[in-house]
Amino acid sequence: MIPRVFIIGLMLVLFVSPAAAQGPIRLGFLTILTGALASPGKEMENGIRLFLEEHKNSLSGRPVELTVLDTGGTPAGTLTKARELVEQRKVHIIIGPLAAFEAYAIAPYVNAQRVPTISPSAAADDLTQRKATQFIVRATSNSSLPTQPFGTYAAKTLGIKRVATIADDFAFGHEVVAGFHKAFEDAGGQVVQKLWPKLGETDQGPYIGQLKKDIDAVFIGFAGVAALRFLKQLENSGLKGKIRVLANQTAVDEALLRSMGDEAIGVVSASHYSAALDTLANRKFASAYRKAYGTDPGYYSVGAYTAALFLKQALEKVGGKIEDTEGLLKALRGAAITDAPGGPIRLDKYGNPVHNIYINRVERKEGRLQNTVTHTIEGVSQFWNYPEAEFLKQPVYSREYPPCRFC
Amino acid sequence: MRETLFQGYQGVVLGVVGLLLFVAPPFLSSFLLTLLTQSLIYAILAMSLDIILGYTGLASLGHAAYLGLGAYSVGILSTKYGAGFWVALAAGVLLAVVVAAIFGLVALRATGVYFLMITLALGMVVWGLGHRWVSMTQGDNGISAIPRPKLPLPWSFAESIPFYYLALAGFLLAFFILRVIVRSPFGQTLVGIRESESRMRTLGYHVWLHKYIGFLIAGGIGGFAGVLWAYYNGFVSPADLQLATSVEILLMVALGGRGTLFGPALGASIIVLLKNLVSVYTHRWLLILGAVYIGTIVYAPEGIVGALRQWTQRASPAPLRAET
Repeated sequence: MIPRVFIIGLMLVLFVSPAAAQGPIRLGFLTILTGALASPGKEMENGIRLFLEEHKNSLSGRPVELTVLDTGGTPAGTLTKARELVEQRKVHIIIGPLAAFEAYAIAPYVNAQRVPTISPSAAADDLTQRKATQFIVRATSNSSLPTQPFGTYAAKTLGIKRVATIADDFAFGHEVVAGFHKAFEDAGGQVVQKLWPKLGETDQGPYIGQLKKDIDAVFIGFAGVAALRFLKQLENSGLKGKIRVLANQTAVDEALLRSMGDEAIGVVSASHYSAALDTLANRKFASAYRKAYGTDPGYYSVGAYTAALFLKQALEKVGGKIEDTEGLLKALRGAAITDAPGGPIRLDKYGNPVHNIYINRVERKEGRLQNTVTHTIEGVSQFWNYPEAEFLKQPVYSREYPPCRFC
Repeated sequence: MRETLFQGYQGVVLGVVGLLLFVAPPFLSSFLLTLLTQSLIYAILAMSLDIILGYTGLASLGHAAYLGLGAYSVGILSTKYGAGFWVALAAGVLLAVVVAAIFGLVALRATGVYFLMITLALGMVVWGLGHRWVSMTQGDNGISAIPRPKLPLPWSFAESIPFYYLALAGFLLAFFILRVIVRSPFGQTLVGIRESESRMRTLGYHVWLHKYIGFLIAGGIGGFAGVLWAYYNGFVSPADLQLATSVEILLMVALGGRGTLFGPALGASIIVLLKNLVSVYTHRWLLILGAVYIGTIVYAPEGIVGALRQWTQRASPAPLRAET
């Protein structure tokens, strides 16, 4: 009698809680916590931690074991840390890394090791275009995705004719400017000058001095603090109000806005997110984030949070069986979330998001600067309104492409 | 006499270390093994810098350039032209030597801080090329998907254990070549130049030519390390050529003990392991690394091996200073 009861009990335990028997989901998170990119790296970490807290550290009934590693901001460091996550910590999935060159460095490795990877920030165009890899999907727009519709919008709706561009001299800056350049000229505008201060340049004055006098607007493509100095120095030079300032997403990211003053007011940007976006999902996310960290969420934190949403949905589709790599990857690539903080988002066949692009204007509300959404362009893909095959035939966006015909 | 006594110790130590390195792989996790591989490659690089820093007494801040030249040779040749291991290896080392030959002409006009500044500038030139010559180097995204070398051997270097042995073979090769060089009359002349350039000149040595050849050797071996580095990572990017990398190599040599050859190799492995193992436990790992550097400079200015050498010499009743 007793053994039978024991066996039945044992069977009950086994059948009722299969999830518990499977053990935790091991989630690896690669970010940058030291060096020049440490502050966005910390925001990325905030995003994932907020998500896990909201879900009580559990997805599809299984506990989540999070390992956060600092890549140090170098490609070799990132590869070493990816190896540690995969070989030492045996993670099932990686969210990260932050920078584009880091993503390129680990792409062949995660592919060979068959570890699904969700990029929450790294924006390099070719990562989901000419060099798309099976095991990497992206939870944030690539560099040129927001600036292509922005180029069209600037020419057609804002009626801007002549633009000078100024951006950080590295791949992200090149791609951001090139996307704007192509769409802007295809819609009838002219890019008449392109300036490239080196990444980390502390004095933007000489570049402001070089700006041509007959431009309607300047387009800035900065990844970080350079935007702070540029806007301040533009105001000091007396040009504010005389020429319009158009900006890419990261130049007026919420993380920077809190260090900016009135010089930023009126800057128009294109972005897949704004902390001021008035939807139910975003009000909930932004207020939870503000409560936890005391600041507005921005590009990096929303990227990590959305990446986690992808993981959650994919896990639900495979019934929590994260060990089923094939199934999980298929579910990830088919992910479609209707109520992400930035609005509806799904992935194209290259693993890149198709989502809304918001045209924002910096305004002061409730005593702080925010990106007020003035216009929404729905369902934008990385190919904008160009035919995909034709788009992929042109060279990847760079400092030289598209060539500057009106310079 | 004391010199040979110490070298007796040194021989035993080297033998034990070599044996340990040879039998270690099966006992290590694959992650530790990749760290060890990384240490071996950095050890080659640090030893090559030791030729000019330790033996000739010229501190260079541009040594990452040779790592980059070797690595970019592999990256470009193997991804664009499908070149095999031997071609890429020869090209990488040759390119590094040629560039060192040009840089040497410029840099060796100066000594001390001026030499440091010139090598720094030249290193930045190579970094700038990697960053800007996008059609060739793909800019700061770097060249990725470099395949591991294929050799007519029964095992695949895509696996971590065979690649470890390849790196070990490269390390031993570089070690013995450099060891032969520093013990030769040529190497002794370099040491002489370090101690007193004017005296060597008075004795009739062609000081500049000796320094120049030393500079070429350092560049060539540095390029060799770069070749292995590119194969190991499977990519190369301008970040490998940054000033920070050059400084790190310099610190590896200083930590282990300059002018000892074995010291820089030890320094390289300590720094690689510290960097990767400590950073797991704390995000403040740079502080710990900094403390190690300061500790070395204050308590063991001759580096770890230098301090050990002094200690063994002090133990025996003889003048402290060996005649090198």
